[in-house]
Amino acid sequence: MTDLAWIDAALVSARPQAVAALLRYFRDLDLAEEAYQDACLRALKNWPQNGPPRDAAAWLIMVGRNAAIDVTRRRAKQTALPDEDQISDLSDVEGEVVQRLDEADYRDDVLRLLFICCHPDLPATQQVALALRIVSGLTVPQIARAFLVGESAMEQRITRAKAKVAGAGVPFEAPDAVERAERLTSVAAMIYLVFNEGYSAADPASDRAALCDEAIRLARLLLRMYPAEPEIMGLLALMLLQHSRIAARFDAEGAAILLEDQNRKLWKRPLIQEGLALIDKAIRARKPGAYQIQAAIAGLHARAETPDETDWAGIDALYASLEQRAPSPVVTLNRSVALSKLSGPQAALDLIAPLAERLDGYFYFHGARGSYLMQLGRNAEAREAFNRAIALANTPAEAATIRDYLDKIAAGAAQK
Amino acid sequence: MLYAILCYNDEAAVFSWTKEEDDAVMGRLNVVHEKWEKAGKLKPSLRLLPTSAATTLRKKDNEVLDGPYAETKEQLLGFYIIEVDDLEEGLSFARELTAANPGGAYELRPIMLYNPGSPVEQR
Repeated sequence: MTDLAWIDAALVSARPQAVAALLRYFRDLDLAEEAYQDACLRALKNWPQNGPPRDAAAWLIMVGRNAAIDVTRRRAKQTALPDEDQISDLSDVEGEVVQRLDEADYRDDVLRLLFICCHPDLPATQQVALALRIVSGLTVPQIARAFLVGESAMEQRITRAKAKVAGAGVPFEAPDAVERAERLTSVAAMIYLVFNEGYSAADPASDRAALCDEAIRLARLLLRMYPAEPEIMGLLALMLLQHSRIAARFDAEGAAILLEDQNRKLWKRPLIQEGLALIDKAIRARKPGAYQIQAAIAGLHARAETPDETDWAGIDALYASLEQRAPSPVVTLNRSVALSKLSGPQAALDLIAPLAERLDGYFYFHGARGSYLMQLGRNAEAREAFNRAIALANTPAEAATIRDYLDKIAAGAAQK
Repeated sequence: MLYAILCYNDEAAVFSWTKEEDDAVMGRLNVVHEKWEKAGKLKPSLRLLPTSAATTLRKKDNEVLDGPYAETKEQLLGFYIIEVDDLEEGLSFARELTAANPGGAYELRPIMLYNPGSPVEQR
């Protein structure tokens, strides 16, 4: 790796800790970001000459803080602090900062930085954009490309979100146990939003798909700080297992490939291993939650080397507990897929019959219903359901999938 | 002589590499690996998953902790590579070891990549 690539990776990984600590010092988001930028510029000059510091985050925090104080002092015509060339040799000072970073309040810094992006008044897309800008340090053009919107629109969106956050006041007091748990829940939801933005991208090489990697990186960071939180393990496991299928989820035309039709050789084993290890860890805590259960479902799919080996009884039981914990017609609809494999299409149809009204405008409801009816040989009703699905399709690819079913019905009818 | 080489680096930075950066590093490492493996000198080598996926069994009290082994007053004295169904089975093995050899801790860390290398000769 070249010097620059190495420095870039070190700056990217140190950013959340550094900006979070600077925010605690300055209690002002813009000032914290400015100080961090300043420290990065100095790192680019200093590190190639003096070699990498022992702890990049500690170096950036100290240099960023001093640079900002320096500016203030120079404005006041006072003596400047020693510059970073001297600081980086003072390993005792660095060690002191490292030690302070190890204290418990440091992880609350990073949690706070993530948490201010989850302000309840911010719509989901603004939360995600703000987190990518502030926590991940993506540039506005990068975020705009990921969201498929213009740069000036994204710039405005982020500026508005920042103003709202600043107006609301950043919660600087150290959180108690209840508040910390609430913050973790909000932050987990926000990270999953980042992931889902990326998950909808059909091109694995796109800026949009890279949001999945970023969400995983943030969840790993969170878990390193809170290693005993089963729902954070569940969230990370869920994202790793879903992301493991990225190379198998779309065909060359960008159309989605159903789980049972995917080439499982293309699933990424290291991501699956990490996801399964995390689920095993989480289960030991015996504090189930929605992320853990969804991850366990994804885990059972990942463990099956062929679709026939899928543990549908296990998946059905997991969906049943998810239905209890987080009832939603979509969860029941998903459960019907497991039930159709386990007990046949009639049982699945019976399960989703009560959902007809609530999911009437939902593409997947009519697609699933059509496929159960087709399996039962009720072709006229199946055609009706599929036509309804096509009318509700969100993308041409979704419509194409349903047309394949209609073709199968037509071919079956022609044979008779 | 058999030597173990233990690899250390800042995990947050390594797992922040882009895919291109990671592939580039692995590509360069593989050139070295292949050369030494052809000479019959590279034995099993592996890359571990991040510490966030680790579980630690502290042998005193048989206590299972989330996360990596963090104490610095004890030293790494050896390691096992096992193939098991899940974490529970791995912990059962570690508990049997504990009964035979109390003191210290075992960290169970899932493996990301495993390369068997050339066979080890009996000597």
